[in-house]
Amino acid sequence: MLKYTVKRVLLAVVTVFIIAAITFFAMNAIPGGPFDKEKAPDPAVQAVLEARFNLDKPVTQQFIIYLGNLLHGDFGISLKTGREISQIIREKFAVSAKLGGMAAGFAILFGLILGSVAALCRNRWPDRVIIFLTTLFVSVPSFVLATILLLVFALTLKWVGVFSTTNPNYVLPVISLMLYPMSYITRLTKSSMLDVLGQDYIRTARAKGVREGFVIFKHALRNALIPVITYVGPMIAGILTGSMVIETVFTIGGLGTEFVRSINNQDYPMIMATTIFLAVLMVIATLISDLVYKLVDPKITFD
Amino acid sequence: MSTPLLQVKNLCTSFNVDSGEVRAVNGISFNLEKGKVLGIVGESGSGKSVTAYSIMRILVEPGRITGGQILFNGEDIVQYSRKQMREFRGKRVSIIFQDPMTSLNPVYTIGNQLREAILLHTDRNREQANARALEMLQLVGVNEPEKRLKQYPYELSGGMRQRVMIAMALACEPDILIADEPTTALDVTIQAQILELMQELQRKMGMAIIMITHDLGVIADMCDEIIVMYAGRICERGTADEIFYNPRHEYTKGLMRSIPRLDTNHARLIPIAGSPVDLTNMPKGCAFASRCDRCMKICLTELPEELDINDDHKAACWMNVKQVYDEAAAEKEAESK
Amino acid sequence: MTYNADKLPKKNLLSLQIDPRKFEWASDEEKAQHETMRESTTFFRDGMRKLRRNPLAVASLIVLVCLVLTIVIVPMFYPYSYEQMISVNGKRDKTAKNLAPFQYSKNEMKAIEDGAKIFPHIFGTDELCRDYFIRVLYGARVSLAVGLFASLIVLVIGLLYGSISGYFGGKVDMVMMRIVDIIYSLPDTLMVILLSVVLNQVLGTTLQGTVLAKVGTNMISLFVVFGVLYWVGMARLVRGQILSIKTNEYVLAARAMGAKPGRIIRRHILPNCMSVIFISVALQIPSAIFTESFLSFIGLGVQAPMPSLGSLANAARGGMQSYPYKMVFPAVIICLIVLSFNLLGDGLRDAFDPKLRR
Repeated sequence: MLKYTVKRVLLAVVTVFIIAAITFFAMNAIPGGPFDKEKAPDPAVQAVLEARFNLDKPVTQQFIIYLGNLLHGDFGISLKTGREISQIIREKFAVSAKLGGMAAGFAILFGLILGSVAALCRNRWPDRVIIFLTTLFVSVPSFVLATILLLVFALTLKWVGVFSTTNPNYVLPVISLMLYPMSYITRLTKSSMLDVLGQDYIRTARAKGVREGFVIFKHALRNALIPVITYVGPMIAGILTGSMVIETVFTIGGLGTEFVRSINNQDYPMIMATTIFLAVLMVIATLISDLVYKLVDPKITFD
Repeated sequence: MSTPLLQVKNLCTSFNVDSGEVRAVNGISFNLEKGKVLGIVGESGSGKSVTAYSIMRILVEPGRITGGQILFNGEDIVQYSRKQMREFRGKRVSIIFQDPMTSLNPVYTIGNQLREAILLHTDRNREQANARALEMLQLVGVNEPEKRLKQYPYELSGGMRQRVMIAMALACEPDILIADEPTTALDVTIQAQILELMQELQRKMGMAIIMITHDLGVIADMCDEIIVMYAGRICERGTADEIFYNPRHEYTKGLMRSIPRLDTNHARLIPIAGSPVDLTNMPKGCAFASRCDRCMKICLTELPEELDINDDHKAACWMNVKQVYDEAAAEKEAESK
Repeated sequence: MTYNADKLPKKNLLSLQIDPRKFEWASDEEKAQHETMRESTTFFRDGMRKLRRNPLAVASLIVLVCLVLTIVIVPMFYPYSYEQMISVNGKRDKTAKNLAPFQYSKNEMKAIEDGAKIFPHIFGTDELCRDYFIRVLYGARVSLAVGLFASLIVLVIGLLYGSISGYFGGKVDMVMMRIVDIIYSLPDTLMVILLSVVLNQVLGTTLQGTVLAKVGTNMISLFVVFGVLYWVGMARLVRGQILSIKTNEYVLAARAMGAKPGRIIRRHILPNCMSVIFISVALQIPSAIFTESFLSFIGLGVQAPMPSLGSLANAARGGMQSYPYKMVFPAVIICLIVLSFNLLGDGLRDAFDPKLRR
């Protein structure tokens, strides 16, 4: 286990490094320096500015400086607002984290319940309804779904309030954000559950005279959960990117909105910083879900 | 005569699949007396395991019992409620399966799984159940039983796991133990050990055993009676000696030719040609006819009935009738001369 | 003829009245006839049979075929073009803005009164006075093309990489798979965004005047990203399949007879993992379409005036309350396409995946 953990952590570190490198060098490949776009200051001022931001040094050296800054939590300065990016991220991510956290929690909860129900009612109407709906939910782009929900439930039926800074109503955003991962978990749980229910040890449990409820909750569910754990990492990544869409649709001032805005504004330091920040989060999420998977699955020998 | 412990009467079990109804067990009957060992032999798909699962009523969808009775001490368990069935399973009849590698739940310790069976069917509390589990592990010859209780199945070898399965099955002292190919998935040396263990436990605990196998040789010296199954029907039954030395069904004869024996000088083994019949579309007549070397016209059209060969032996093969017929004809000829 | 009753087995057979002719040996033909064997099927035929019995998969296939035929054939006859404002009698019709489905503009009404025949705007028009139906059709074309092409890229690269890695094994495999591990752990959507942003700027000028310019740098970066990142899943799949097939006796036999690696991969290994690969491609297409619509949403989609379903739906978000149909049409078609591919993929998996066959 220790060896595996070390290996996985090393891979994660390498991945983060590669992401940082790709991001940095890709951004540097964009023609024109950050100060070209502004009204060209006179050359002397430009030279001072470039020296101030280390733009006069070779690219690799700039990269090393940038990495060093990152490690100190210094993400640079936004071109558009002139604010410290680390501060923007800290402020905006709180909102996104709340939204994403709720979505992830509900997605897992409902996904597991619906998936188990579908597996147990196999080929009967609850199964068919659940599978029909979840198949539909994974086939609709999230912005379409979010817009429809907003239009129907908030603007037409007025069942729930529209999200605003004074009255932050998270119901619709959370629902829009969680439907895809929830549907995915439902389908995953169902197939995993069916797989487990066909296993020999379930037959053993039944042959022992274990009551059906225990067969399912004690013997089957725990085994069926194991594959679902591996999805948690990708799910976090999906929610983080999905959040960009949902936040924009509902005009929630989170990191997602900020990211989309920075792309449209070509605010490169901001794009760079947010990309690296989100990527690190995703890598950590994957790392944790992989490690937990290894922990709970006794079938796998630790090598 | 007292009622036998277990009476299976005209049991039919089917699986409804896309291509039709698979009649896996097609009207079989047999009795099992207290403390006896019954062997059920047949190749894959002959309905042996389905018979066992029917007795336990642990058939999975789409399988179900479509007819017949299974009487345990005179009570028909086919009519049992789910609750009655739960109390019956594991307590009255236990089963051990073919593949010990997959028959134990990977996420629970050996102790947990053993205890579960004991707690379900006895009044023991947790500690007593633990003690019983330990005792059972010792009984089945697991080394370091205390340590094993805390281990997970993946930490044990196949032979060890099968011993654990046996311990689990016998923990509540059932009247019948069904062993569904208990040694097939094991190494040959382990096979012998497990069989020896089962015999020993049978002597100690006195339960009846239904031993299911595709390997006649494995169970020969263990069984009081042997049933040979083919395509969901019983084609021959009798004592081990009768089946071995006086097989009276062409299928059994084929089986005997196909296993290695030390007492005869067969230069080579003779396999049975062809493959088992399609159970969704059973032919008229004898199911074995198309693979039989001595197939007669009647075999293709009429189902042979089970006839007594002698007190210890029955077979369902038209050859027996023909033999009598031939003998009668020869006698008549002799008479007429 | 009578039987000697004493010698018979105990059950009285005399009552059966058996015809002695029945005790003649049966001929081989009779035996052969007796055995009503299950109709022998090949793996493929059996799979197709299962697929045909799956109503959802069949319906999906029909929907997809109809859709493809529509988007290929209809634009050939359709009187409007996706990039041009509607014009009446050669003059641009500024009144044809945001028309509802089947509505005519003022100028068009006049023309009709004058006896002209004007083809109706089935889905209405957009804010730039363009016929919306043809734009949606073109959008569907673009989205499907993106999906197919991206999946093709993934298939080719993944297949090549995976089969080389799986076939040669050992050190080659180890190195190749470490690379895959690293690429696999990169967050793909973020990388798509990043590369789109960058390639937009880098390629923007160099592409001008070429065919590729029409597709737009965003789409090219999308393809590049698929080519760089998304193939790893396919490569892993193919490698896994090959590793398990490689140990089969028939592959050993082929190798023992001196077949070259390329031949073994082509003739023996690939046909055996084709079904799994096929299913994976079918499921890759909707994911590519999704990615495209996501990029369109954050402003990195296809180049205007070229429409894609994603960009159409996104553009319609603004006027959602006044012109909901502008969102509904492309959204429904995206759903239809994605749903069909998903259901078809599921159906194919149920029918062909060897792991599910018992």
